Amino acid sequence: MRITVNVNGTDYTRDVEPRLLLIHFIRDELSLTGSHWGCDTSNCGACTVWLDSTPIKSCTALAVMADGREVRTVEGLEGAELDPVQQGFMECHGLQCGFCTPGMMMTSRWLLDKNPDPSEHEIREAISGQICRCTGYENIVRSVRWAAEHPATTEVTAS
Amino acid sequence: MQVPSHVEYERPATLAAALMLLANGEGEARPLAGGHSLIPMMKLRLARPELLVDINGLTELAYIRQDGDQLAIGALTRHAALLESALVYEHYPIFRDAETVIADPIVRNWGTVGGSLCQADPSEDLSAAFAAAKATVVITSQQGKRTVTARELHVGPYETVVGAGELLTEVRLPIPARTGSAYEKVERRVGDWSIVAVGAVLTLSADGATVEQVGIGLTAVGAEQFYAPEAEAYLRGKPATEEHFARAAAIAAEHTSPVSDQRGPADYKRHLAAELTVRALRHAASRARGEA
Repeated sequence: MRITVNVNGTDYTRDVEPRLLLIHFIRDELSLTGSHWGCDTSNCGACTVWLDSTPIKSCTALAVMADGREVRTVEGLEGAELDPVQQGFMECHGLQCGFCTPGMMMTSRWLLDKNPDPSEHEIREAISGQICRCTGYENIVRSVRWAAEHPATTEVTAS
Repeated sequence: MQVPSHVEYERPATLAAALMLLANGEGEARPLAGGHSLIPMMKLRLARPELLVDINGLTELAYIRQDGDQLAIGALTRHAALLESALVYEHYPIFRDAETVIADPIVRNWGTVGGSLCQADPSEDLSAAFAAAKATVVITSQQGKRTVTARELHVGPYETVVGAGELLTEVRLPIPARTGSAYEKVERRVGDWSIVAVGAVLTLSADGATVEQVGIGLTAVGAEQFYAPEAEAYLRGKPATEEHFARAAAIAAEHTSPVSDQRGPADYKRHLAAELTVRALRHAASRARGEA
């Protein structure tokens, strides 16, 4: 079936089987390998992308469900410069192996858009659907706080 | 790598079109909303529908509103919307209690109320909460609408009375006065299924001393309809005191049939069922009196 999905502001048209998962569409059809394919059971959150401004776990969605809709992946975070979340992860050593990082960042950006000054508890609650296999949560929380304290000077948008 | 087997896909633009596709599918068509239960089951070949009818475009099924003396919740309401609804919280804090501990924020963004109820997982939380609240559900087909109580919806694990060609479209809640509610869950880790969870909805007399109506919902302890009829019958009309809450909780626990599994042994779960029933009743009573 032919679908057109807008990913990070660009329309991509592909012929796909309805059973193709969104994460495999993003990684294998579009070669956007920033999003990671982890547990396959919607537990780990490494595959988190935005579908029309809401983060979802793309291992548990079908690519056809995104037909005609907008997807934002970690590659779409960066504008003219790094998103504050990306900068924060760099400043505060928010990643070790990096596997959970795309999901952590997409969820953190969503959190900060809703709540620009989250407490440590609110950050931990927001990322409770993301598992860091290095258990580096302390630095991840610090990274999100860094981003909250250094908001982008220009609006970062999805497209 | 887990991938579903071959399936056809349609995304109807109207409820009428969705109902036609489901009817023509003759039981081999399944509605797809959040997909957080159906897609994993398809990956494991526990579900093999021939046609997925994606209802995510039917935004007319995503609402929470007061309708006369009832609350009406559309089946496509996301968990996150139920969690954040001030209207629902005002009348039924049990749902905020429950939603706070259902999965995680990202799953709650996409999973739906209707999908959770229709999945009929024996450890599912909303099934117990709606059973405690004595909700009714509206089931729609090309032939029209029918209404069943939430307590009649489930006929066993992963099985409901929603038939081929039918779609659960709405959940309705009564809005009684002097009523409080609460949900208590114990889980192994954040976002996990319940080891045991209990919801309680209490309507007290005007002086706050007597239980006029009571609903007790349980999940993950083998209650097929997710509620505790014997404990409810005992408590109705009794003084709303710790002593009677404890006796009702013991009765509720006696009638459970939990199984020992990786979440704990059966006797621990039965103990939890009693303790969480007391806590839920206590919290519901204090909310009914406007204390908390």
